[in-house]
Amino acid sequence: MSKALIDLIKKNFGAAVLETHSLYGDDTIVVEAAAWREVARFLRDTPQCSMDMLTDLTAVDYPEREPRFEIVAHFYSLSKGHRLRLKTRTGDSEGDEAEVDSLTELWASANWMEREVFDMFGVIFKNHPDLRRILMYPEFEGHPLRKDYPADKIQPLIAYRDVPNIEKVAPFSVDEGMSFGRQTHASSRRDDSQVN
Amino acid sequence: MEPLDQELDEAELEMPTEPMLLNVGPAHPAMHGTVRCVMELSGEIIERVDVQVGYLHRGFEKMCERGTWTQVFPYVDRCNYVSPMLNNVGFALACEKMLGVTVPERCQWYRMILGELARMSDHLTCDGAMAMELGAFTPFLWMIKAREMIWDLMEEETGARLTHSFGRVGGMASPPTEHLKENARAVVAHILTVIEECEKLLLGNRIFLDRLEGVGVISQADAVSLGWTGPCLRATGIPYDVRKASPYLKYGEVDFDVPVGSASDCFDRFMVRLAEMRQSARIIEQCCQRMADSGPVNVTDPRIILPPKDEVYSTIEGTIQHFKIVMEGLKLPAGEVYSYSEGGNGELGFYLVSDGSGTPYRVRIRPPCFLITAGLERVITGAMMADVVPSFGSLNMIGGECDR
Repeated sequence: MSKALIDLIKKNFGAAVLETHSLYGDDTIVVEAAAWREVARFLRDTPQCSMDMLTDLTAVDYPEREPRFEIVAHFYSLSKGHRLRLKTRTGDSEGDEAEVDSLTELWASANWMEREVFDMFGVIFKNHPDLRRILMYPEFEGHPLRKDYPADKIQPLIAYRDVPNIEKVAPFSVDEGMSFGRQTHASSRRDDSQVN
Repeated sequence: MEPLDQELDEAELEMPTEPMLLNVGPAHPAMHGTVRCVMELSGEIIERVDVQVGYLHRGFEKMCERGTWTQVFPYVDRCNYVSPMLNNVGFALACEKMLGVTVPERCQWYRMILGELARMSDHLTCDGAMAMELGAFTPFLWMIKAREMIWDLMEEETGARLTHSFGRVGGMASPPTEHLKENARAVVAHILTVIEECEKLLLGNRIFLDRLEGVGVISQADAVSLGWTGPCLRATGIPYDVRKASPYLKYGEVDFDVPVGSASDCFDRFMVRLAEMRQSARIIEQCCQRMADSGPVNVTDPRIILPPKDEVYSTIEGTIQHFKIVMEGLKLPAGEVYSYSEGGNGELGFYLVSDGSGTPYRVRIRPPCFLITAGLERVITGAMMADVVPSFGSLNMIGGECDR
């Protein structure tokens, strides 16, 4: 059934489609990172697709490949009952410049899942409204689900805040972690300034 | 000492107009699970809120990449620790989808019985905890006592109350016990009485109803956009249940309804869970009727299933087979798969990537309540501070599953 979906995408985004397969019955389309959001928007808005639910969004790290990260999204259509996996590839071998467009404005569920992918893999989602770490704490160094992150790595201790006349202050401040307070990542600040 | 009747300037009596910043959690009794809400309050109205998860993050997805496929079972056990059997079965199904094997019929019925019991335990916990947080302690105790009976049965079947690690790729760790059906029927009958009694206690209680009805409302469109599944989505009126939409195991052959709500408030979520327990009871009864009393439980493929212990110790084939599976791990063909089943909170997905070796390349657990918790912000913004407790309770956030 979803074979028709693959053909539809191929027809509309022929140049951007890198490969397709239906391994184990899961229809999969791999697209160029540049077309990521447009294909997703097409999947949501076209009546034949009507993918109203972004069920899952994650990434896989292939350090020996270039581009290094594979961003994997799973869509489900409540009305049509079909599913599709959409993938894209991004990032150089160092893991830098891994950037794709955010899908947050299309599906609200993308918000937290993109934050998780950013947290775990260091992939930047452009125009994400609030790209912060989500499972790890702000001071965490590195991205744990990258293959080159050692599983037994010990993180440095977080220093107490330096406030005069008080010996020990908790390492977090009053507005710690607020989306409307402290921002933890330089790139998300940069994105904010672009938007404004 | 200052005189009490000192003259105050009019201006000093003005109420402070700055919004107040309030931290709830991560160790707050009403935040059952470890989640922190940083709220900006104006009076008692929540103006902005930042929901922070991750306090229970244990890096399961990373740890899965170090062992064999079978060694993933203990980790999925500890994801949703209220209904671990559903996770076990969900992960086993994902691996079986990759291997292209189907477990024998008896095992499918067995998995369904244990799975539905686990679902009941999940819903009992959620509804009971919800009632307790609103001050009704008795239903909580009754429901937890009923849940304890489920766990006793699980202990009888699997050897462990909570973290069974009982699923296996291609079957179960051991066949059902002799008294499974008898015990399951007794437990289910008891739970149905408990549900009825708790309904009598709660559904005629003005305070309980007032605190749930019309509270924590979310629109259908929002719930879908947020990727909600399970009872929380069904409470908005969308009858999406993986067991019906894409039946796995034997769910296509049993008769059950998908209860839906209409108002998508906390009360509907509470009632959907109650109704689902009754449907689970129906499913368990049908499974008990149709499950054979004897017959194979595991697939026979020697590359997947460990040989019986006596063969391991007495035959060379058995020894080699055992050694290969334990030391190298069973080998899933290279490729990727997304398999989904209905967990306690909704669609529990497993996205597995295998490189053909015995070690998982990537195990992604799609936790239903991660996305549901993501919707908490939308549910409680603009609500009263006191509404946070029932709203959060009705979402049934399970820390282990949300943070993995």
